[in-house]
Amino acid sequence: MLAEALVLSAILFVIGTTGVLIRRNAIIMFLCVELQLNAVNLSFVALSQYIGIEGQVFVFFIMTVAAAEAAVGLAIIISIFRHYETVNVDNFNLLKW
Amino acid sequence: MGLLTTGLVAQDAGGGFDPLLPGLIVLLPFLGFVANGILALVAGTRGAARVRAGNEASETADNTKRTLTQTLPTWIGPGVMLAAFILTLLNFVGLLGVELTEPVIRSYWTWMATGTLTVEAALQLDQLSLIMMMVVTGVGFLIHVFSVGYMKEDPGYARYFAYLNLFVFFMLTLVMGANFPMMFVGWEGVGLCSYLLIGFWFQDREKADAGKKAFIVNRIGDFGLLMAMFMLFALFGTLDYVAIFEAAPEVMAYGGFAATAIALFLLLGAIGKSAQVPLYVWLPDAMAGPTPVSALIHAATMVTAGVYLVARASVLFALAPVGAAAVATVGAVTALFAATIALQQYDIKKVLAYSTVSQLGFMFMAVGVGAYAAGVFHLMTHAFFKALLFLGAGAVIHSMHHALHATHKDWDAQDMRNMGGLRRFMPVTWITMWAATLAIAGVWPFAGFFSKDEIIWFVGTSAPASALYVVLWAMAIATALLTAFYMTRLMVMTFHGSNRTGEGERGHLHEAPLSMTVPLGILAVLSVVGGWVNVPGSIRESIFGGFGLLPMSDWLDRWMEPVTASAQAIRLEQMGAYASTAPVGGGHVVWGAIATGLALAVVLVGARLVASREIRPATESEAPATGIRGLLYNKWYVDEFYDRFIVKPVVGLSRFCWRWIDQVLIDGTVNAVGTVSRGLGWFGSLFQTGQINTYAFIVTLGALALLGVLIF
Repeated sequence: MLAEALVLSAILFVIGTTGVLIRRNAIIMFLCVELQLNAVNLSFVALSQYIGIEGQVFVFFIMTVAAAEAAVGLAIIISIFRHYETVNVDNFNLLKW
Repeated sequence: MGLLTTGLVAQDAGGGFDPLLPGLIVLLPFLGFVANGILALVAGTRGAARVRAGNEASETADNTKRTLTQTLPTWIGPGVMLAAFILTLLNFVGLLGVELTEPVIRSYWTWMATGTLTVEAALQLDQLSLIMMMVVTGVGFLIHVFSVGYMKEDPGYARYFAYLNLFVFFMLTLVMGANFPMMFVGWEGVGLCSYLLIGFWFQDREKADAGKKAFIVNRIGDFGLLMAMFMLFALFGTLDYVAIFEAAPEVMAYGGFAATAIALFLLLGAIGKSAQVPLYVWLPDAMAGPTPVSALIHAATMVTAGVYLVARASVLFALAPVGAAAVATVGAVTALFAATIALQQYDIKKVLAYSTVSQLGFMFMAVGVGAYAAGVFHLMTHAFFKALLFLGAGAVIHSMHHALHATHKDWDAQDMRNMGGLRRFMPVTWITMWAATLAIAGVWPFAGFFSKDEIIWFVGTSAPASALYVVLWAMAIATALLTAFYMTRLMVMTFHGSNRTGEGERGHLHEAPLSMTVPLGILAVLSVVGGWVNVPGSIRESIFGGFGLLPMSDWLDRWMEPVTASAQAIRLEQMGAYASTAPVGGGHVVWGAIATGLALAVVLVGARLVASREIRPATESEAPATGIRGLLYNKWYVDEFYDRFIVKPVVGLSRFCWRWIDQVLIDGTVNAVGTVSRGLGWFGSLFQTGQINTYAFIVTLGALALLGVLIF
């Protein structure tokens, strides 16, 4: 069972990473980050079967932080959208120098 | 409160003498400072508010209606001084007739405890410190009372009394401290108050500069005092007077390097504070302060701290014959040098300032030849008559200032050429100042005769075989004669002859108010009788004894004996006893007669001489520019010499350090570091695209690389 769970987790993580790297829509990139987080959650839960309960505790922390992050992240995206009227990250290039 | 209660708990009373509240004596002036200081702050805020409101002029109009900040200091300032004086007097009376060989020490708390050094906040009472306390609180009280009249119309009235009280607090700490650090606190504190009071009218740039000059010149001396303290600590492991002076004869070899070095460093400190050659230049400039300040700080008390220091550390100087000889030589050179300058000054306070420098030289001569009691004796009598001279000069300036102010004449109120014939207008000031003049000239039976004659006598007889002391002796006699002359000149130019103030001003000249004349009177009495406490036995038995009129023979010498006994013992063992005749023969009585006769002759002839010369107001006469008179008028060009060879090079070096070392080298290095960092940053920023994807890609690559490292 463990091997399958870990493989699924790896697949989900790679999908998420790829999405972050290749997509230009901020919302999509954001969702891909969530996907990466949940891939990690999955491997935590799977491994906690063998190692101990701590893995499941971590999952709750990650979910809490992800929720908070979602709130802040979406707020930022909305305000960026209001400013540029787009969510294409190629247009957001002020973060330098 | 701890200060008082600890003092009350008897700590091993010494030989039946139990000092009465010594801590309170020091504390009282401090409380006065706090109270007056608060009033000064209140007055200052109000004054500033008035200026902001734009009716600055109303201040003078309101003068008749005196506020609390103007009336309270009148009672607090002199009040705390009177209380301190009474306490000191009670202690003094308590010590009379008590054989006290060891000083009584009251320790209040541990001030510093670091490693092997422990310094107690401790006060010491012995014969020397009590004499000093009597002078400080007694003369100080009189000068506080005088100030009430003198400073009445000054807007900084409360501030003035705050500073004056603070000065007395530090001066008492200086003379009562039981160890070198305590004395040093007082030493620096009085220097601070001196600075504050010289620059009291700080709106005047020149006066503020005079304060700075005094402070900076004194730093040179303080360096010496600190060095001496470091050496003492290295040698003795303690800085307490009693411990050091007891151990000194065993620890330090007679005339050895350590003893000589410590003595010379202590001398440097004393030279700075007591305005001796070559660091005397600050004292004449210090006359920029209010005149009562000149009387209290720059004549009677603070400048005598150097003499006190040598007398206090008498054992160390007795162990260092070179150091002691240096003290005497510095004193003699200063005495003669300053007296010559006083001959040609026209500013009444400048004459007195150089006279003070000269008289301090006499005290240095005394303590240099081991006559510590004679030095302290002259310190005491000098405090009486020089305080009186300064206060008298203050009364004259006060009157002159009013007269010139009334007619809006912009003459110098301190220039003696503008005075003349003031005897008619200010009889009390005139008669009291003559008493002081005869005292400083050394005319029997005034106070100065006994103290100065004793010093001259001890200088001449201290080392029978040494040519140095014969020269010093001759210099001392020459100085005494010059003193008599320049003081007579001052008196005649100020009070005698025809009045030169001008018709309009003449009507406004007036005698000083009661608060000023009463201190003058008391000090005049002291200037007459102050010397009678230490009439040498031989003189008392001769015709000079005044048929038993002068009561206590050698009282001060015997009083001071416990303090100086160990120093005298070392001196007697190493250098032998004092000679019984002067270098060219003649006993004490003969030379006493010669001295007083010469002084009187100089006074009479000098008065004739000055009176016969025509003196014109300062604006009509020009200063002597050539010859010996010009040289003396310009004070031997010492200030110019210092300016050319010390001040200018130092300023030049500082400017070099500023322009080249600081601005070019240090600032350049710092700026270069900054520029290089910015350049590197700019280069690095070229890699920044601002694109989220790029960053995400690099993060992923990094994570993969780390993963690779972990796996393989």
